[in-house]
Amino acid sequence: MCGPEGPDRDFMESGEDLNLGSGPAAEGSGLTIRLDAFEGPLDLLLHLIKREEIDIWNIPIAHITEQYLEYLEIMKELNINVAGEWLVMAATLIFIKSRMLLPPDPVRESAAEDADDPRTELVYQLLEHQKFKNAAEMLYTREEVENAVWNRPPDEVLEDGNDVIAVTLFDLLHAFQEVVRRFESQRVLEVAQEEVTIERKIEEIRRSFLVHDTLTFSSFFTAASSKRLLIVTFLALLELVRLREIWLYQQKAFEEIQISKLKESA
Amino acid sequence: MQAVMEAIIYVAEEPVKAEQFREIFPEEAPDSIRQALAALVEGFNARPGGMCIREVAGGYRMTTRPEHHEQIRAYLKTRPGAKLSMAALETLAVIAYKQPVTLAEILAIRGKKSSTALQTLLERKLVCILGRKEVVGRPILYGTSREFLIHFGLNSLADLPTLEEFAQMAGDQL
Repeated sequence: MCGPEGPDRDFMESGEDLNLGSGPAAEGSGLTIRLDAFEGPLDLLLHLIKREEIDIWNIPIAHITEQYLEYLEIMKELNINVAGEWLVMAATLIFIKSRMLLPPDPVRESAAEDADDPRTELVYQLLEHQKFKNAAEMLYTREEVENAVWNRPPDEVLEDGNDVIAVTLFDLLHAFQEVVRRFESQRVLEVAQEEVTIERKIEEIRRSFLVHDTLTFSSFFTAASSKRLLIVTFLALLELVRLREIWLYQQKAFEEIQISKLKESA
Repeated sequence: MQAVMEAIIYVAEEPVKAEQFREIFPEEAPDSIRQALAALVEGFNARPGGMCIREVAGGYRMTTRPEHHEQIRAYLKTRPGAKLSMAALETLAVIAYKQPVTLAEILAIRGKKSSTALQTLLERKLVCILGRKEVVGRPILYGTSREFLIHFGLNSLADLPTLEEFAQMAGDQL
């Protein structure tokens, strides 16, 4: 039976969201942990039954209930958000326990003894749950195998294996709008300076791609000192896209736009 | 015919179905296409190469053999992709075996809320909506997708072990 050490912590620490050193440290820290994200009350009961090598067809319900409630107590101590189903299960256990204490109903026939056991429904629920845990294990193994296998990657994949998306016109306009907004919020004064033509800007961009393979969209605008220069830079980039010297893409939708060169711009 | 089939399976991004070969070889009888495919798969997999042809999601797909995964990963410098959490796998197992199934039915089996896990599965397209159950509230019915078969290397749902096998295991474990 249960030793004086109380409930073990293995179960609590098996989850992905649990990230605590010790119980008391969490107290009053305002830290809440969502236990429901990985384990449920049925998992705890199965854990207790396996750990104590309990015969599932003859669960010592008073003992299990006590253990279960101890766990609930620890969870409260750790400031774990106990979801409703944990309390429902606690109530179910207490209800079964109280029914076990009652003498058998004399009106019922003794042949129906097994069906009369208040634990039966819970036992079937536990077996059902274990069944699907096993099925989940099988899926886990299959996933492992599939992770060890490669098929020919689609053609549009970059060398580093990351899927990328081509940038739409709207993404580009939005990115430019952001650049202008940032510029306007930072600089109050526009300094008059020599006018940079699109042609000269194109040459400048080509030179930077001699050194770099990939640059971010925004990096071309950080040094700009006038709104006119922003527009010239933007148009120069568009022209280079049209000439198929560079291409624009994103790792994910709404992420920073990347610019890579397509060929040597000789 | 076998050589063309092999080449097509190689270039395809998705598993190629036998019916798709019927479009390529309109002159051939469906039976001889099937025979040629079977002979191709057998012959291809019999050679001790680094590749194999597998039957996945009702089609044929060429992949590397799993035993070489360490060296391939070292070459590609990649780490294993994001795996599903145990909660997601459990929810997926319930859906796979009980489909079409509602969220409430999943809750009854797992004894806990499963909406987060279900959301993950929907996002990863492993699960799809099959319709609505004609009961009060018309809850959404969920089932597994073609992507599910591909993700777990299954040819069809019939490839899954039966639930009785897992029940047997559960009986032995408890």
